[in-house]
Amino acid sequence: MKISTEEIEKIAHLARLELSNEQKEEMRSSVEKVLVWMEALNEVDTDGIEPLVHITEALNNFRPDEAKPTLDRTKALNLGPDTNDQYFKVPQVIE
Amino acid sequence: MSNFDSTIFEPVIGLEIHAQLQTNSKIFASDPVLFGQDPNTLISPITLGHPGTLPKLNINAVNFAIKMGLAIGSEITSKQYFDRKNYFYPDLPKGYQITQDKTPICMGGAVKVRLKAGPKEIPFHHIHLEEDAGKSIHEGDNPYSFIDFNRAGTALIEMVTEPALHSAEEAFALVTEVRKLVRYLGICDGNMEEGSLRADVNVSLRKVGETKLGTKVEIKNMNSIRNIQRAIEYECFRQSEALLNGEQLVQETRTFDAHTGKTHSMRVKETMNDYRYFPEPDLAPLEITEKWIAEIKSKMPLLPWEQEAEFINTYHLPEYDAHFLAESKEMADYFKEIASKTKAVKAISNWLMGPVKSYLNDNHLEISQFPLSADRLAEIIDLVESGTLSHNLASHQLFPLCLSNPTENAIQIVEKQGWLANKPDEDSLHTIIEDTLNNFPDKVKEYHKGKKGLLAMFMGDVMKKTKGTADPKRLNQLMAEALENRK
Amino acid sequence: MEKFNYAFVFKIVPVLMNYIPVPYTELRKQLFQGSISCLEVVESFLNRIELNNKNLNAFLEVYGDEAKQRAKEVDNKIKSGTAGKLAGMVVGIKDLLCYENHHSYAGSKILNTFKSTFSATAVQRLLDEDAIIIGRQNCDEFGMGSTNENSAYGPVLNFQNQSKVAGGSSGGSAVAVQADMCQVSLGTDTGGSIRMPAAFCGVAGLKPTYGKVSRWGLIAYASSFDTIGPMGKFVSDLDLVMEVIAGEDGNDSTLFETARNYTKTQKVAYIKEIVEHSSLQPEIKNAFFDRLEQLKSLGYEVKAVDFPYLEQLLPTYYVLTTAESSSNLSRFDGVKFGHRTQNPHNLIDMYKKTRSEGFGEEVKRRIMLGTFVLSADYFDAYYTKAQKVRRLIKDYTDTILKDCDFIISPTTSSTAYSIGEKTLDPIQMYLGDLFTVQANVTGLPAISIPMGNDDSGMPMGFQIMGKAFDEKQIVALSKELV
Repeated sequence: MKISTEEIEKIAHLARLELSNEQKEEMRSSVEKVLVWMEALNEVDTDGIEPLVHITEALNNFRPDEAKPTLDRTKALNLGPDTNDQYFKVPQVIE
Repeated sequence: MSNFDSTIFEPVIGLEIHAQLQTNSKIFASDPVLFGQDPNTLISPITLGHPGTLPKLNINAVNFAIKMGLAIGSEITSKQYFDRKNYFYPDLPKGYQITQDKTPICMGGAVKVRLKAGPKEIPFHHIHLEEDAGKSIHEGDNPYSFIDFNRAGTALIEMVTEPALHSAEEAFALVTEVRKLVRYLGICDGNMEEGSLRADVNVSLRKVGETKLGTKVEIKNMNSIRNIQRAIEYECFRQSEALLNGEQLVQETRTFDAHTGKTHSMRVKETMNDYRYFPEPDLAPLEITEKWIAEIKSKMPLLPWEQEAEFINTYHLPEYDAHFLAESKEMADYFKEIASKTKAVKAISNWLMGPVKSYLNDNHLEISQFPLSADRLAEIIDLVESGTLSHNLASHQLFPLCLSNPTENAIQIVEKQGWLANKPDEDSLHTIIEDTLNNFPDKVKEYHKGKKGLLAMFMGDVMKKTKGTADPKRLNQLMAEALENRK
Repeated sequence: MEKFNYAFVFKIVPVLMNYIPVPYTELRKQLFQGSISCLEVVESFLNRIELNNKNLNAFLEVYGDEAKQRAKEVDNKIKSGTAGKLAGMVVGIKDLLCYENHHSYAGSKILNTFKSTFSATAVQRLLDEDAIIIGRQNCDEFGMGSTNENSAYGPVLNFQNQSKVAGGSSGGSAVAVQADMCQVSLGTDTGGSIRMPAAFCGVAGLKPTYGKVSRWGLIAYASSFDTIGPMGKFVSDLDLVMEVIAGEDGNDSTLFETARNYTKTQKVAYIKEIVEHSSLQPEIKNAFFDRLEQLKSLGYEVKAVDFPYLEQLLPTYYVLTTAESSSNLSRFDGVKFGHRTQNPHNLIDMYKKTRSEGFGEEVKRRIMLGTFVLSADYFDAYYTKAQKVRRLIKDYTDTILKDCDFIISPTTSSTAYSIGEKTLDPIQMYLGDLFTVQANVTGLPAISIPMGNDDSGMPMGFQIMGKAFDEKQIVALSKELV
């Protein structure tokens, strides 16, 4: 299992992380090491085994369709890094 | 309009129709679901994706989705769960959307549409539940975009057809039918301008006879049925031109410009997004029992085609009327309510298709906003049916007056206007008829020579003299007798 | 009657403190008798925080005035007979737990402006029973770490020896209890994060069954592994806290406790592969076998069992937890709360710089790993594979527990490392969780209780893992042993 710098760049982009060239190499090296270490999973035969999708045994956990009071807008906006009195602001979304 | 040669190319179209469910609260949080509110006033820590929050599933979202599945004949998936679709966008608060990827709530199903060439069944691949995102607002050159999370977390069903539509007409008909259906079921208001119903359209062309699919183009977030049709028509033209010129088509997402009627390329995404779907660990899985499905089935309203059939078979109305009346559940229910108060069902239908529909159109209203109660309309119809008033008088004079005074009984208005008082008795009617015929001796002669159309003129004259209050049926009889006597 | 090493207290703690930790039941008696007040208790803890926290860095924030004010209120409630079940219990909460109107950093820079608008269910329930929250405790960033050296706010030092680590990720919570800076801490355990620091610091820590305590208000690391649990010097304190915080709250869809009636077998099992593991420190092995003798004398049959998946425990854990956390941490994007980079060029730049500035190295590495294992090319080989192995591990463990009451082991393979010893190689760090992750992979409850000190005076820990929702029995056995 070898990981290329290109793959690191692709994954970093998907995760919206920025790495300097030095960091890219460090990351590539440590991620590769860990992925290789994780290959111990392949020593186990899992043919015909159902993946464990939910660890909880809960089933059909619903809430009734009732509207409840909302979070105060001012409180919510005050937590935002950049807002006006109505909206959260972000650098323009370019399609 | 630009056309493409359909002997060479066959369009292959798939639709992904998103319907916002009109539940009281959002799918995973208890914030209210309302349109047109002040920005960021329908939010909660869950909706904003605050650290430490967890989703909890609204049972009505599940019920509404099952209703839709049953209405289109889908299989309801008994064991299902939710998945996370991971991507970054400012209006997606958690950085992932909770959706159903592996186990959609409904599989299969079909919707019948009426096309020029006849009826056709459009097959669906599946319906799944998911949450809506917030709204990003861009203003021209402003370096900022503004994010409103009111819509974030609203319950959606996404209905995905098979790539089995082959024309813009089919797409138009399908979305129209789906819109009618969701409104009938009471699960979505189908208001496309407000975004309650929208569709992503996938269009590709292939040579007629080919089975392989061509390069697919996606047009997202279409919120007008007419524009869906126009966009498909343009795409078919554009793609066919390109293919005939030997150009390579790009698999891409395009936007539709309603002004020019053309689609435009969006900036091609660098790489196809890898959504890294995996099961949502914060939600318990679902098990839908037969009992649950049966309970929902037992409470389903009549579906549009069932309602039409009822109008034809039980009410003995013609197909045209049945189709009109079944247009919406509200119209059908209104008709049935009036029909419980008067037996003149064809008259009810005529009134609804005629004066009522005109009124609604002129005032941009839905039938649910129509000011007259079923009682009132039944009253008016009965006044005409019993011969008390002419249809002319009722529709041109009484109807508008009732509309402006919806709380008054029709009979009260009639009395106030003195129409009954002015209504001629038999003797007066005789006199007026004789009077009229005396004034037109030559016309009477022409009538007897064969110009039977003059009867209408004689009738109209009497009507004018009686200010429209004469009973047209009786007048007809007496006029015929009077003319006979003058042979 | 629980024993406690009083000699340790008087050696380390200056005479002026004269503090003898007692179980809460004993403290409560004194409070209700009027021999001491809640205010005096709180002030006593605040004094010890003042004395030691600068060095140990266990607390990131101390709610001094608030705690004193609350203490006065609880004193009045005691007088009027309206006081709750935990009146006067001084509690510290890990920096991953939301407390309304208070900061929660998750040990990270990316949340350094964040104040939650609601309290975690576990926290609120403590408050409702008149416990007094004295402060917010340092931890590894987003719970990712085994030594508390991954906090953006500096490491937590072991009170027993300040050149050693506290363990992680609930290092601050463990040391706070260890140094008597609070009666009980509320920590979190995703791969051993309560039990490992408890072992390193010589205190008790309980990881409940997954689905017993609501995760509402727990800043998520790995959703199908995260649990909230108590840490303290007295197992009876842990029991009392569990009674208050556990149970349905309407917010967490994964809660599911149902009554379980297990027949006692009077057997305990230990896993051969663990006890024979090459990394196991000899003194820990010896202390463990002494415990086995103790169990035999208490009437238990002790048996050794095989566990063929020991080498797969950690890879399974790391594939699945990095996957879940890579998704859980996507909400930290600078849009709605928390840190945002200054002067971004555009949206993507804002995302990347915000997250790269805000997250520490280990967090970034785990996000990268998680993104990898979920990506289209690797999903089947890693994520799906790990899900299947998780099923095998769970089924096998459940089978072992059909024929015994508990699975016991040392909590860790060594006593606390030196600061910096394991930070160069992530895998070396991950290996520290080998004995603890099984409980998280399977969702089962497990406790770590003290098991003496090694020759250098560093604490050792003994772990008891039990059947689902069988916490009461685990607590009962712990009381017999300590």
